Formats: sequence, C-alpha cells, structure tokens
Amino acid sequence: MELQSLIYLFVGASFALYIGIAIWSRAGSTSEFYVAGGGVHPVANGMATAADWMSAASFISLAGIVSLLGRDSGAYLMGWTGGYVLLAMLLAPYLRKFGKFTVPDFVGDRYYSDVARTVAVVCVIFVSFTYVAGQMRGVGIVFSRFLQVDINTGVVIGMGIVFVYAVLGGMKGITYTQVAQYCVLIVAYTIPAIFLSLQVTGDFLPQLGFGGTIEFAFDNGVREIPAGTYVLHALDQSFKDLGFSIVYTEGRAGVWNTFLLTVALMCGTAGLPHVIVRFFTVPSVKDARISAGWALLFIALLYTVCPAVGAFARLNLIKNTQNIEYATWTQECTADQAAALAAAQDNPAVDAARVDCAGQWFKTWENSGLLAWMDKNGDGKIQIANGAAFKGKPSFDGENRGASGERLLKNEAVPAPAGQAIENEVYFDRDIIVLANPEIASLPNWVIALIAAGGLAAALSTAAGLLLVISSSISHDLLGRVMFKDAETDKSKLSDSQELMAARVAAAVAIGVAGYLGINPPAFVAQVVAFAFGLAAASFFPVIINGVFDKRMNKEGAIAGMAVGLAFTFIYIVLNVFVDKTGTYTMFGIKATGIGTVGMLLHFVVAYFVSRATAAPPQDIQDMVENIRIPRGAAPSTHAH
Amino acid sequence: MEEQKAQAYWQENIRTISQLLVVWFIASYGCGVLFVDLLDTIAFGGFKLGFWFAQQGSIYVFLVLIFVYAKRMNAIDEKYDVHE
Repeated sequence: MELQSLIYLFVGASFALYIGIAIWSRAGSTSEFYVAGGGVHPVANGMATAADWMSAASFISLAGIVSLLGRDSGAYLMGWTGGYVLLAMLLAPYLRKFGKFTVPDFVGDRYYSDVARTVAVVCVIFVSFTYVAGQMRGVGIVFSRFLQVDINTGVVIGMGIVFVYAVLGGMKGITYTQVAQYCVLIVAYTIPAIFLSLQVTGDFLPQLGFGGTIEFAFDNGVREIPAGTYVLHALDQSFKDLGFSIVYTEGRAGVWNTFLLTVALMCGTAGLPHVIVRFFTVPSVKDARISAGWALLFIALLYTVCPAVGAFARLNLIKNTQNIEYATWTQECTADQAAALAAAQDNPAVDAARVDCAGQWFKTWENSGLLAWMDKNGDGKIQIANGAAFKGKPSFDGENRGASGERLLKNEAVPAPAGQAIENEVYFDRDIIVLANPEIASLPNWVIALIAAGGLAAALSTAAGLLLVISSSISHDLLGRVMFKDAETDKSKLSDSQELMAARVAAAVAIGVAGYLGINPPAFVAQVVAFAFGLAAASFFPVIINGVFDKRMNKEGAIAGMAVGLAFTFIYIVLNVFVDKTGTYTMFGIKATGIGTVGMLLHFVVAYFVSRATAAPPQDIQDMVENIRIPRGAAPSTHAH
Repeated sequence: MEEQKAQAYWQENIRTISQLLVVWFIASYGCGVLFVDLLDTIAFGGFKLGFWFAQQGSIYVFLVLIFVYAKRMNAIDEKYDVHE
C-alpha cells in the first residue's frame, strides 16, 4: 500500500480506538472525573502513568538529545526515570492514604491554609500550561509532516480529539485511553528500534545491540571502520576522525552541572502534579507502591531503547551520507534504478542505503526545513564533520536549487575549525533522529506509518493528563475549596453535579488555551521546560516531603519555603534565559537547567528554620500526619461533601 | 502501646527507605555522575562501565529497587498489623 494511505489507516484506526474507549468509560461523578473513582488496577495505572509521562518530547526528541549529547544525556535518562523511585517511596503511598483528589488538596489541608492552597493552584496551572503548549506543538508537527496538513490544522484536529475524551471522560476516560495509547506508542517506538538493531548489529534487543559489534564495514571519510568493531568504538573513532574534541562516550558538561541537572529532573519528576495525581486513582496504598514500579517498567522499555536508537542513528547518518553524491543519491528512481535498489535491499553484500536514488528521504526532510545541505567545497558530495555548516537555522532562498538540486541557503557559511581536514556541510534538527530514522535506514512503509501514530499517541496522552490537572485545580481547588467555600461547614457550596459541570467547562477552556499556545508558540518553548521541572522541584516536591516526614512542619514554614524556593528559581531562570538572551548568565557557573536543585535546598532550609521559630501545627493536623503514615483504613478517594 | 507500635512501624519504614535510597544514590549519582570517569576505565563488552551506568544500568537498578521496596513494605505492614 502507498505510504500515505498506510499513515491515514494507522492514525485513523488509533483515533477511532481512543474515542471508542472514551465513550465506553465516560465519567458520571466528580470522583470518576478527577480520580477515575479510585478503582484503577495498578498495572493499568502503571501503563496510563507511563503514557501520561512520556510526551511528544520523549517520543520525538529524546533520542535526538541522546545522540547529540552522548554520555551527558545520562542526566536526562536517569533524571526522568530515577524520580519514580522517590515517588514510590516518599510520596505516592502517603498521598494515596490521604485520599483526596489533587495536589493543592493536600497542600491546603496539611498546612490548614487557603494561601498555601492558592499558591499551589497557581503553580499547578503554570507548570501544566508550560508543558501542554509543547504537546500541542508536537501534535502539529506530526500532523504536518505525516498527514501533509498545515501545522495549525493539525493542532485543531488534535484539540478536537482531546476535547472528546478529556471533557466527556475525565480521569476515567483518560486513564483507559492512555492504556491504549501506551500500547500504540511503545510498539511504534520499539519496532523500528529492533529493525535498526538487527540491521546494524544483528542483535534482536537494542539494549544488547548498543554494546554489540557492527555487521558492516564503512568509510567514515577518514578511514575504513572494519566490520566487527563495537558500535560505540566505531562512533568514538569516527568522532575523533571528524574533528570532534570530545568523543561520543565522554562527558563535557562537567560533573557538578550534570549532578544538579539530574537532581532537578528527578525531584521535578516526582513533584509534577499530573504524575502525582495518577497515584490517587488506585484502590489502596499497597497498589500505589507497586503501581509506581509498573509505571517505571513501562517507561524503562522506552528509556533503555532510546540511547541505543540515538547511537545507531548517529552511526547510520555518518555511514549513509559521508561523501555521497547528492544528485544521483537523492533523485527520483528511474525504472532501472528502482530495480537495482530493490535488488540491493535483498543483497546483504551491498549497502542499500547508499545506492543511487536511495536518499530521497534527504530531500523530503530538506523540504520540511529540518535538514539542510550547503555544498561548501562545490564537489557535489555531502560531507559531515564537527562544527556548524552555517550560522543559525536554515533560511532557504525560496525554491531556488543549486547545481546538485539541493535547496539553496541564504545563511552565512561557517569555515571548519583550523586543522580540521573535513568541513561539515550538513545541518540536522535533532527531531529527525526518531522521525526520519526508518527512512534513513530504508525500513518498510508500515513502520513509518506506525511512527506517526506513536508520536500522536505520546503527545495526546500527555496533553490530556495535563488538561485534566488544570481543570481539576480550577473547579475543585479554586472554585470548590476557596471561592465557593461555606465558611461555617468548611464544605463547598457547589453540588457534585455543579462541580462536575465546572470541571468540564474548565477542561474545555484549558484545551482552547493550549491550542492557542500550540498555534502561536511562545518563542521560548524549549527553555520553559527548565521552568516546569525547576518549579516543581522547588515547590511541590519539598512541600509534600515535609508534610509527610516532618510532623512539626507548620503553615508558616511551608508558605515561606514555597515562596523562597519558587521566587529564587523563577528569578534565576528569567535572568538566565530572558534578560541575558545568550543564556550565559550564571551564578557560580550553575546552568538554569539545574537551578531547581538549589531552589529546593533553599526551600528545605527556610521551611525548617521558619517552622521551628513559630508555633507547632494544631493537634488535629498532627493526628492527620500520623494517620497518613499508616496504610490501614485507606478509603476510596472521597469528595469533601 | 498503640502509639509505640505506630512509632516502631514508622522507624522501620524510614530505615527501609534509607537503605534503598543509598543504593539508588550509588547507582545513579555515584556510578553515573560522580565516579563515571573512573568507571569508564573499565571495559564491559562494547561499553565503558560508567557510560553503561549513566545510560542503562541505573534504570535497571531503579526498577529493581521499587519492586523490592513494595515487597518489603508489604511484609512490614503485615508484621505491624497495619495492612489494608
């Protein structure tokens, strides 16, 4: 079947599945809307958590980050998985025992303060919107590349789908849709990875192939790398030959910045509201503990494959494009060439990726602007090496084509560093590592269609989880517990059905705002991710830990801690990213990405001293802390009514 | 008596978490960040050991830790008769 029809088929079938599930599992009460009635099986919750957690960024960009950063990317891999250990041991079981709906619920009740509750609501909304803007953008990119619709149309279609199952289904609908989405995304991620691993190393498991040996010999432009070389050795040798000062398996970020970044990502992960809230949906404390394990297992399936994909992709890129003649490689196949290409694909002795007309993918991605080639030495062949090919992102000279048929660029060329034999001529965006990988490795069409469905599943599942958190913090925490609170009874004046309606309206509005942010993304989307993790690490993580493990922690300490942690982290990132646009402003050499760690430490210190200098929390609060430490008696998540 | 039991349960909980978090710290921050260069001098198949911990090994350790934690906590819950 044609590639385009296959893509429509895969994406259409997966969408039909999600909507079917949403209709089957729509929510009838606030308890079902917020926490799926608290009756989700731990394994299902683990899958849903994994889908919730793995966003368009994990699916599309992570392998690219890994292949770009080499060993330093360990901070992301460890940070985004190690946080689940903290979640399982320090947060999830106690929050489940507490048995309410949201994170601001816990902060407000534990610290007997509507100020603390409101600060928490503001943080939840800020962190979640930051995150969701990127998801909608991811939906748009996948749609525009694979379905050939405009990015904005793609965002609107994505909004429509999320609207149906988030607004109708609430947490119940989202949870079961996410289980399906997890299956789609993990299959879509691992199948191409297995193909690649077999192709490059002959090992079935990418995790083993990563440490395996290459099946083929190839010329990296400087020397021939013999078959039987370890994948990572071949990469290191090629990096050295092509002028990179640091090889793939060495670090360059420095120990302390890597350390701080890893801590910020781990504690941020454990403190993200849309992740925490998932542990309110299981039936018991015991289930909350084990469910974190299942979640990490399902996440690890992608996260341990990812570094292998990054390494294979980097190797393939050098092997397949170094010194290849652009004009003949990227042209449309003539009948003879098509036959030769098909024969090469069946003949293991020939490298099918380098025969005439095998490189049409290069042109496709050139058209999308994520890949560009500037023939700086005019030899008609592609060279790939250390250094930027030209200044900035590609700025194409309209549709004008160069001597070899490549898109001409208006950018200023950057000469190779002194003493480097080969001059780099290629620009590639890190996102193409996953999206274009199957084409680079000339895998079958249905694999490419699968990637499209997987990318959409990753983006939609995360967006839905975030939107639910936003809507529940507005309808439940802000309206129900602050604005419409009956002062006498300390209960909400809204009835269950009124609050459910409010939650649905809030979800619909949130989708609209998210869509707007997806169509008109703020210029700093990449940098604000540091915001989301840094703020979660400096606010929610310590405030919840203190609430459970320090019985003496009081309202004053918690509010002072949150204020200091948040203000410090916020100001530092603003100074680093926005005031000094080069992103080089630092204090003590700490990068903005790791600053959440310092904010978190400040939070702990300030909270401790302020709480000890002020009165102990009231007895009923201390009893409540005693109570959440003991598993027995965990009621199903209940409403405040 | 009830209060003493709750106290003892909590102490044992803290002890279990602390032990597991020491392993967590060594596998990730120890092997993957602080001593990664030292471990990289050891080859392990096609991997350098530090690199392997940073990109693969630590994740496997995390997984084992959570399942061990869940199992041990369930046993402790039963021992102190606070299970659900």
